[in-house]
Amino acid sequence: MISSIFFWSTLKKNKFRFFSGVPCSILKPVLNNLPKDITYIKAIREDSALGVVSGAYLAGKKSGILIQNSGLGNIINPLTSFNLVYKIPVLLIITWRGYRGKDAPEHLIMGKIMNDFLKIMKIPYKIISRDFAKQVKWADREMKNKRIPVALILKKGIVQ
Amino acid sequence: MKRHQALKIIAENLKKSDLVISTTGMISRELFSTGERKGNFYMVGSMGLATPVALGITLANPWKKVISVEGDGSILLNLGIISLAAFLKPKNLLIVVLDNEVYASTGGQPTISPKVNLEKIAQSAGFRNTKKVETNNSFRNSLKKFLKNKGPSFLLTKVDKSQLEDVLRVSLTPEQIRDRFQKVCHQKP
Repeated sequence: MISSIFFWSTLKKNKFRFFSGVPCSILKPVLNNLPKDITYIKAIREDSALGVVSGAYLAGKKSGILIQNSGLGNIINPLTSFNLVYKIPVLLIITWRGYRGKDAPEHLIMGKIMNDFLKIMKIPYKIISRDFAKQVKWADREMKNKRIPVALILKKGIVQ
Repeated sequence: MKRHQALKIIAENLKKSDLVISTTGMISRELFSTGERKGNFYMVGSMGLATPVALGITLANPWKKVISVEGDGSILLNLGIISLAAFLKPKNLLIVVLDNEVYASTGGQPTISPKVNLEKIAQSAGFRNTKKVETNNSFRNSLKKFLKNKGPSFLLTKVDKSQLEDVLRVSLTPEQIRDRFQKVCHQKP
């Protein structure tokens, strides 16, 4: 378990300060404890969130999105026809509803296949653990080297 | 008026440091053919993403003018972005919709734009300036005004269905487009 304070301070330490997204109940502790020095744009859809933070990246900000895995479906096209084409690296923090088949029915299919989606798109990812500080450093390095988006997956109960 | 004339007028009225994001398809190809400049970001895919990207730049660089050039098809694909832009109210954002009432890049299939009042949608969402224009002169005048005024601004431009003859394909690689655009992003006006 990690605290929302540690979650944000780790991202800030790595100079990620510009975010956008669409809420998920797993993100509640994260979004309800937004530090004042984090920019968070309340997007209307996940693909628009990705577009907004990609624009911020072009303008020189390290940026990322915070979305539910149901919204992964909404960002497949921008990822495959924009971020992976122009090589625009942004951090993708994606929650894992439907983990191990224990969730509401609408989350079970995406919960089962989300990691395969990322693998097929060759988007590097890690599951967020108490090693979050190391994982963000890893993501930052991957983004610098490969210039593509990198995903960190957030399960229920990890951030409190 | 013709779409490529509108694109040429846009390019002629911008400073070197101003930024343009043009939507995928014929709009980017005609802009490349008639108004090529380093501050142009030609989208090759991701229909509906031009304005979100433009919006992200305006928020990160509030001192830069950013113009998002959409078609009727591409703005209708992601109409929700109008409400987000109006909510955030960046002073430096201008959306130009070149409305020819068809999906020209895929063979001219009609869009629903003749029955949708896009200007009113932007106005009631909360855009500071909105205008609908149909001629070269009124387009030039409104564009100049909106480039000077505090945004966000929305310029709906009715264009005919004609296409530029011998229109080029964007010959730069996506990474070349990104790199030179990023340099302009960091230039002070």
